[in-house]
Parts: sequence; structure tokens; C-alpha cells
Amino acid sequence: MNWEIIGIWLGAVLTLMLYSFLYRDNPFYKFAEHLFVGMSAGYWVIYNIFNVLKPNFWDELTGAGDGSPDYFMIIPGVFGLFMLARLVPKIAGLSRMALAMIVGTGAGLSLVSTLQTNCLSQIEGTIMPLSGVGTMGFIDNLIVVVGVVCGLVYFFFSKPHEGITGKAAGAGITILMVAFGASFGYTVMARISLLIGQAQFLLFDWLPTMGIHL
Amino acid sequence: MRKILEKLDRVDRRVIYLLMALSVFVPLSLRLSYPIPVGEGPSRDLFDAIEAMPSGSVVLVSYDYDPSTMPELQPMAVALTQHMFTRGHRIIAMALWPQGASLSQEAMTAVGDSLGKAQYDDWVNLGYTVGAGVSIVRMGSSIRAVFPQDRDGFPYDSIPLLTRVQSLRDIDLVISLSAGDPGIHAWVMMAGDRFGLPVGGGCTAVSAPEFYTYLGTGQMLGLLGGLKGAADYETMVREGRENAPAGLATPGMAAQSIAHLVIMAFIIIGNISYLVIHKRRKGAPK
Repeated sequence: MNWEIIGIWLGAVLTLMLYSFLYRDNPFYKFAEHLFVGMSAGYWVIYNIFNVLKPNFWDELTGAGDGSPDYFMIIPGVFGLFMLARLVPKIAGLSRMALAMIVGTGAGLSLVSTLQTNCLSQIEGTIMPLSGVGTMGFIDNLIVVVGVVCGLVYFFFSKPHEGITGKAAGAGITILMVAFGASFGYTVMARISLLIGQAQFLLFDWLPTMGIHL
Repeated sequence: MRKILEKLDRVDRRVIYLLMALSVFVPLSLRLSYPIPVGEGPSRDLFDAIEAMPSGSVVLVSYDYDPSTMPELQPMAVALTQHMFTRGHRIIAMALWPQGASLSQEAMTAVGDSLGKAQYDDWVNLGYTVGAGVSIVRMGSSIRAVFPQDRDGFPYDSIPLLTRVQSLRDIDLVISLSAGDPGIHAWVMMAGDRFGLPVGGGCTAVSAPEFYTYLGTGQMLGLLGGLKGAADYETMVREGRENAPAGLATPGMAAQSIAHLVIMAFIIIGNISYLVIHKRRKGAPK
């Protein structure tokens, strides 16, 4: 039995079932949708047990990896069990301890880094020279500086958007619309790319199994 | 004219779907190909950075995606791997997304075998690690602590490629192929800004605008955005190699361009139709 061809046929039939929704809702689409959700759930449970829980917790605790058991792993193990306490209303409060640890670790780790990466570095990036950079450099830098300032003015609500403030806010919303337009264009490209990927699969992987070579 | 526009205004959405499908399937079936000119830009910057590194440099490639975004990111992975191997660089693959570990193995094995590169000497796949930012910070002091063994269970210390690689500071370049979070953002934040490593990347087109800000500030040295970025890179890798295969992304660009033209046509017709009908109804009682 050729498992590769069976896999290709399964993928192709399920793809067509899912695309059939574009015509209208139908039992084939529902079947494929439910199959996808069910299989995904099962797949992730097993994947996490063998690729996360076993190597990072069980093997460390029992010493299956390097031969030396690490009994400190009991602590995260207990916290992991606390997360499951949400399923039992009487002891659901225990899960807050585990969540507090996760939130605390995340905040401590990324608070300063996020500020540095996404705020300070970006501010630094908008402080640009307007002289000694040539004509095109001047225009480029001016657009960035004016665009950032006007964009920020649009979100300044303590003063009515009238007069100079209104004009700056108007320029700001124009800049924002250009940015949204660019994002929309990229989103369209991404969606079409996914369609192209599936089309290539159907045309160049599935059809040849029926002797049709394009 | 107005009647035609009114009809277009009420066109069944399934007609639009059909035209979109035709705009993708027909060019692919006919194997149309458009030239892909690659000018200055983030794709070229990443290519030049890899080109400028001395042979034997160690590049860490993080496969932070899963099969749902394969059409965009796997061609990048293949083209980048081809380029790095032909330049004599060594690759350490890892993944912050569970299924990235399998996709990296697929790309590394295919390209490595075709170019005669040996696993453990020229490349290694460390597999998946949970924890994203936490793991990257830990790798800053010890990669072995995060990956005591590779994806196949081979101990870290017995892998020849890793004998001189103790921490992120021994890596020459980090490349994250990212479909979301965790991905480029975590690498820029932890490896780039915290440890000062040069970071490049490839991402889905949806998330490309988000990362352009990192290019402007120099936090990233190059970026491949979506299928176009992958096709750009394939084109650059093929420059000077007339008989080289077209790659995975390049054949899709004709379909991509025609589909974009169809969408643009819909947008223009939709707006004209809206304006004409709206103008006529302006005086009508509400």
C-alpha cells in the first residue's frame, strides 16, 4: 500500500471539501471542519506530552536523560497540577498561584526588553538628521519625522482638532491610512499565497496520481 | 452603463470566488512566469549580509512556523539553506514552534543531501524548545542547557559542529522564519537587543509591515516578506546559475500578480459602482 498516495488523496479530498463552503454551507464542509478540529486537538495533546512534558519534566525528574534525577522538578510539577485545579471548583483558587508565577516571570523578563525594543529604539529611530544627507535623504527623513509627529497629534485628544492641530491631525490620519493600505496589501498577498500553495498541491501533487501531468 | 454597474453591484460573491480561483489556477497550469526584478531592499540586505560573512560562519536558523504557512515560509527556508551551504556556512536549526522542527529537518535534509553537506558537521537540527523568550535568554548563557540533545536524541557534546558553540555569543547570525508569536519579535528583543547578535528574518506577508520598523532602526539587517520575499531570494540565489531550478516560490509569482490585478479590478469597479449608484440615490427619499 502506497501511504504517500493515500496521504495526497486525503489532503486533496479534504481541501476540496473545505473549499466547497465557498459555494454554500454543506455536510462535506462540516465533516472536514469537525475532522480538522478533532484531529488537531488529539494531535496537540499527544505532541505536548511527548515533546514538552516528557523531555522537560519527566525525563529531568527521573534522570532519564543524563542519569541524575532532579527532584527540584517536583516544584514546577506541582504548579502544573495547580493549573488543572481550575477543573475542580472547590480548589480552583490554586490555579492563581501558577498563573501568578507565569505572569510574574513573563513581566519580569519582557518588561524592560519590550520597552527597549519597541519603544526606546523606535523613538531613537525617528530622531533623524535633516542636513548632510542629500536631497533624497532629506525628503525621506522629513517624511518619517513629520509622519510620526502628525500621527501622534491625531491621538492627542486634550485639544480640539482645529486650526494647526486639526491640519496636523488630518495629515496624521492620512499617514495612518497609507500604513493601513500597505498592511491590507500585504494581507491580500498572504491569503493569495496560501491559495497558491494549495493550488500547487492539487495541480502538481494530486493530479499526477491520476496520470494527469500539467 | 448605469444598469451594468447596478448589476455588478449585486454580483453573486461566488462569481468573485470563481474568478479568483481562475486567476490562480490558470497561470499555474500554463506555467506562466514573470521576471522578478530584485532591487535594493530588505531582501537584498539579508542576501548581502550572508554573502559578506566569512566561509564557515555559524548561522542559527529558527523555524518558527507550522504547515499552515508553509507556502510562504518553506521556500524561504530552502533558498536560505541553499545560499548558506554554497557559501560554506554551517547551520544550527531549531524551532520555537513545535512543527517547525519537522519542517526544518525536511528542508535541511533535502538541500544538505543535494549539496553533499553532512549532518553534525555542516548542519544540526536541535529541534523544538518550549518557552520562547525564556529559552532564548537561557541560550545566551548556555545553548546546551536548553538543548541537551539534538532532535534525534544525539547528545550535544558529541556533535562536532557544536564543540565551539557554547552560547548565543558564538553564533554569527540569527535568522528567524516567523509566522507569528513567538518568532522574529522574540529574537530581536532577546538575541538582538539583549545580546547584540545580528538578526535577520523571513515572515508571512501579513506580519511584514510590523517588522519593517525594526529595519529602519537597524534592529534587523534584512527581511523576506511573504511569497515575494521568498521569490526575491530564490532569484538572487540563482543569479549566475543559468540552469538552476526555479525554486518553490518563483513559479507562484505569476499567479500572485494576476490575482492581485483581479482584486484591484474588483476594488476599482466596486468603487465606481458605489459612487454612481450612491449619486443617483442621493435625492431619493429615505
